[in-house]
Amino acid sequence: MSDTIKVPTMAEMMAQGKSPEVLFWVGCAGSFDDRAKKITKAFVKLLNKAKVEFAVLGTEESCTGDPAKRSGNEFLFQMQAVTNIEVMNAYEVKKIVTACPHCFNTIKNEYPALGGTYEVVHHTQFLKSLLDDGRLTIEGGQFKGKRITFHDPCYLGRANNVYEAPRDLIKKLDAELVEMKNCRKKGFCCGAGGAQMFKEPEKGNKDVNIERTEQALETKPDVIAAACPFCNTMMTDGVKGKEKEAELQVMDVAELIANAEDL
Amino acid sequence: MNWIPNILFAIVLIIGIGFFAKNVKKLVRNIKLGRDIDRTDHKKDRWNNMIRIALGQGKMVVRPVAGIMHIIVYVGFIIINIEVLEIIIDGLFGTHRIFAFLGGGYDFLIGSFEVLALLVLVAVFVFWVRRNVIKLKRFWNPEMKGWPKNDANYILYIEAVLMCLFLTMNATDYQLQQLGAEHYTQAGAFPVSQLIAPLFEGLSQSALVMIERSAWWLHIVGILFFLNYLYYSKHLHILLAFPNTWYANLEPKGKLDNLEAVTNEVKLMLDPNADPFAAPSEGDEMSEPEKFGASDATDLNWVQLMNAYTCTECGRCTSECPANQTGKLLSPRKIMMDTRDRLEEIGKNIDANGGTFKEDNKQLLDNYITKEELWACTSCNACVEACPVNINPLSIIIDMRRYLVMEQSAAPAELNNMMGNIENNGAPWPYNQMDRLNWKDEA
Ligand code: SF4
Ligand code: SF4
Repeated sequence: MSDTIKVPTMAEMMAQGKSPEVLFWVGCAGSFDDRAKKITKAFVKLLNKAKVEFAVLGTEESCTGDPAKRSGNEFLFQMQAVTNIEVMNAYEVKKIVTACPHCFNTIKNEYPALGGTYEVVHHTQFLKSLLDDGRLTIEGGQFKGKRITFHDPCYLGRANNVYEAPRDLIKKLDAELVEMKNCRKKGFCCGAGGAQMFKEPEKGNKDVNIERTEQALETKPDVIAAACPFCNTMMTDGVKGKEKEAELQVMDVAELIANAEDL
Repeated sequence: MNWIPNILFAIVLIIGIGFFAKNVKKLVRNIKLGRDIDRTDHKKDRWNNMIRIALGQGKMVVRPVAGIMHIIVYVGFIIINIEVLEIIIDGLFGTHRIFAFLGGGYDFLIGSFEVLALLVLVAVFVFWVRRNVIKLKRFWNPEMKGWPKNDANYILYIEAVLMCLFLTMNATDYQLQQLGAEHYTQAGAFPVSQLIAPLFEGLSQSALVMIERSAWWLHIVGILFFLNYLYYSKHLHILLAFPNTWYANLEPKGKLDNLEAVTNEVKLMLDPNADPFAAPSEGDEMSEPEKFGASDATDLNWVQLMNAYTCTECGRCTSECPANQTGKLLSPRKIMMDTRDRLEEIGKNIDANGGTFKEDNKQLLDNYITKEELWACTSCNACVEACPVNINPLSIIIDMRRYLVMEQSAAPAELNNMMGNIENNGAPWPYNQMDRLNWKDEA
């Protein structure tokens, strides 16, 4: 793995009088969570490889407000939103890519009414377009013939009807995409959404992520592919809970592609 | 000529329809207790939704067995209503089978009604078995005890009885036609009732007329009764499914509305030029600050209230809900049923107190829906996707969370921590915003 990754910030770009093709919105998980940081880096490597002129906000980025909004704290959400929008509008941001479906949903759907209108794409959609345009190529690699099941993130799938981009990417790995019984529109939540990530679950007889992990295990996968840092955490915990971590991995679609390329 | 049956019929009809009109008025009044919301944009998409989902039953067939059976009952119901039109005309004017002049077309109509009636009987039987013998899980959740359970079975019984009356009426009519009885015009084809006609063989003509008339009367009285039963039943969906799908949300499911009242305050807070102490201009709504979120049914918008009346209690939402499937208290169907029950209670209160609501120290929150239910939701939208009539239980959950958090500061402690972190550090965890790019240089 090469260690040098190039991550320019908007401020640096601006100082050089340049404006990037796309803003990479890293998100809180992607910035601070140890597991999610690996996804961030894998995605950056792919961006570097495809020579995409991108930039991040760095220390000027702040939580989109999604967990606050879904907890019911509309005040805090709008404060966050308005602050972020001011920053992005000052940089004249046009297009945003993010590896977090929650950030994706919030910026795409809930920011416009507050003055922030951008073209927002999920990183799986962006990677797909890089492949389609020939800016990035994948050749089978280490996932050839492996069984990969894809867990639909609620905020990418049902919330925004993006079902195919991540699947198209997985198919490009020459891997065998095996679907769970509950997939696409009927995808079963990992248990993290609606701010559940930040609290203990309510009383019940099972944790949601265990239920979902069991559904994934039914497909006997070599890899559970995720496309959301929170789903990733939930499924990783689920696999550990089932003591299966020696047999299979939970990986983000961006990591799959970066690893196939052995970046 | 004896006019008494005609007059009697007219009276029954007027009473039946009159009561129905009264109930519709009450229904509209109750729905209008909700807050205003504009759902009149994109009319073309709205008509499309209504035609595809309500008229075309587009979301029913996701579950094929229930879906196809339901379509049979639904088509049967609509088509057989053409027969009701004839019954009404005959009843009012003392005619018999007034549409008989259609000749071959009439034979075809009556013949297909009969086949449909038989299919409906079969479907109703299957539905009854699914509920009461196979005991499908979604029909036995805790919220399905008592009235909701009985209601579902009553509907099946009423439908079965109506179909049997219809077939009995035709069977005896057929016999009378064979006997060449006066008044009984030779008309119609009776592929199904012919088969039960032998049951009535050997009866005198007057006995046959008695049975035929009784079945005829019970059939139409039964239909009028059913019409008035709707308001008290989940069966109201046969009417409300249409406006409910028309007014349904067209935005991506992940998009929540931004509370406008909050936007105004946030703007004030962030705008250095705004004078927070400025006196509200006259006619300003500032005098009575709007409640944030919902603690009672009337804090919801009218589409959410219409949702509650439309709910068929089918439980598709609950059977897809990850919280419910892992044993949590939350059931999106119960959210809808509670909202309707509370709204009914408010409506009755208004009726009992001469048109104004008298404080009853109850509300939707706590008296019906508990905090534990609200905090179990992952906002995954599985319930919204599953609902065959486009009901949105999640929007009610979020509105009630808004009340808990913004009016009562009653979020669970961990969520308060998370929100404190966002406020202070711009992230849900206690990390410093200045460290946000550190990942770049970490190995
Ligand atoms: S959005 Fe909430 S209530 Fe609806 S299915 Fe998901 S967890 Fe259940
Ligand atoms: S909300 Fe929809 S899916 Fe749920 S019980 Fe009512 S009609 Fe069925």
